[in-house]
Amino acid sequence: MIEVIDLHKSLNGVQVLKGINFKVEKGEILALMGKSGHGKSVLLKHIVGILKPDRGNILIDGEDIGTSRGTALERLRSKLGYLFQGGALFDSINVFENVAFPLREKTSLPKEKIREKVLQELEQVGLPGVENKYPAELSGGMKKRVALARCLCTDPEIMLFDEPTTGLDTVTARSINNLIKETHDRIKFTGVMITHDINQVLSIVQKVAVLDAGTIEFTGTPQEIQATTDPIVRQFFNNNA
Amino acid sequence: MFLGTAIVYTFIPPLKIRRVIKQISFIGVQSSLIVILTGAFTGMVLTLQSYYAMSKFGAEALLGPAVALSLIRELGPVTSALMVTGRAGSALAAEIGIMRISEQIDAIEVMALNPYRYLIVPNLLAGIISFPLMASIFNVVGIYGGYLVGVQLLGVSEGGYFGEMITFINMEEIRIGLYKSLSFGLIVTWICCYKGFYTTYGAAGVSKATTEAVVTSSILILVWDYFLTSVLF
Ligand SMILES: Nc1ncnc2c1ncn2[C@@H]1O[C@H](COP(=O)(O)OP(=O)(O)O)[C@@H](O)[C@H]1O
Ligand SMILES: [Mg+2]
Repeated sequence: MIEVIDLHKSLNGVQVLKGINFKVEKGEILALMGKSGHGKSVLLKHIVGILKPDRGNILIDGEDIGTSRGTALERLRSKLGYLFQGGALFDSINVFENVAFPLREKTSLPKEKIREKVLQELEQVGLPGVENKYPAELSGGMKKRVALARCLCTDPEIMLFDEPTTGLDTVTARSINNLIKETHDRIKFTGVMITHDINQVLSIVQKVAVLDAGTIEFTGTPQEIQATTDPIVRQFFNNNA
Repeated sequence: MFLGTAIVYTFIPPLKIRRVIKQISFIGVQSSLIVILTGAFTGMVLTLQSYYAMSKFGAEALLGPAVALSLIRELGPVTSALMVTGRAGSALAAEIGIMRISEQIDAIEVMALNPYRYLIVPNLLAGIISFPLMASIFNVVGIYGGYLVGVQLLGVSEGGYFGEMITFINMEEIRIGLYKSLSFGLIVTWICCYKGFYTTYGAAGVSKATTEAVVTSSILILVWDYFLTSVLF
């Protein structure tokens, strides 16, 4: 379960988050929408503890990750998988090593099992045969999918996706959304997914939140968001119609 | 703080041996050509200079030990450290800086792993191991460069050049040189890793971090050298 309570954050003297409140129950996925530059990525980075709040709390299964340090923080993070908006692949090692990295460092799986899992995961994100390439040789969308494979391969309990399908063609985007749905059906992770693809994700997620100018403008179920007359929320549908 | 944390993680296993070896290759092995070149020419010019000065007092016979002493105590550790800083220290700061701005360091943290263990500790160890090696290569090449100029060109006797050297150089001199390069290795890798690790955002941030890493390291090498020389004498 993820619970964000009254989260405030200023960066470089600009107030980016101005009192964020929401809750994602165990096994639910929340779609987070909002215009570019309105603080979605900043919000997600607080949930994994890369950024620390100026005020407020972020509870992961009841424990505050904002004030955790050392082994307590590591224990919380072991539950998390995070897909960075830019992928954040390690550019000094190849694709195979990138996806294998968390498996090698965090599990005691034997070599052959890791190899099998990495190749299978790359196949699932639609990139079989790229394992020997280096991140610099991949397109932006390919990097994103390798990063997704790296995030999914450890089967984390909580997954945070920062725009998993942005920059992908519609066909690939749909297959990535399907992969996230299949994975969710299989391991029932708790998740937050930043997306602009509202029409495509309504069938995947259980909740939708709209972030606007540093506050949560709307939260509700997919049915509720389709029915709302809130003009700020309606914009997202018109853009994607 | 940064250095303290890094040192703590050096002694908490697991140590990433493969990364240490990779970084020794990067900081040390790949710097050897430039160190050999600068070592040779430093030895040669040092010999010319010393010969000129010493012949004024009729002390040419002591050319060998004069050259070797200067190299082992001062020029070897300091010049090789400056050269390695220019070649490898700058690259180190840039590489870690790019990892910072492309969120690769955050990615390590989010995986509940410690970036010090993966990035900083291997470089500090590689620095402590590589710098003395580079200084030794510099010294050996420098002394032979001096031999070429002094014995072959200026006609000092070969027995005199090497013989007197062995009489005058003792373990003490070598130990002073070793302390110097050990501490330079630590200082340079620490500063370069630190500047990269705390780089500000954007390409401008990385280029600033790289420049500052090289300038700060070079100044600290010279300041620390003066301090050590005055203390260890
Ligand atoms: N590390 C940072 N330092 C300073 N400002 C930042 C940083 N990260 C994000 N910002 C600022 O915070 C605001 C929100 O950014 P972000 O969360 O990335 O937006 P988005 O909703 O598009 O993901 C932007 O104005 C951005 O300039
Ligand atoms: Mg973003």
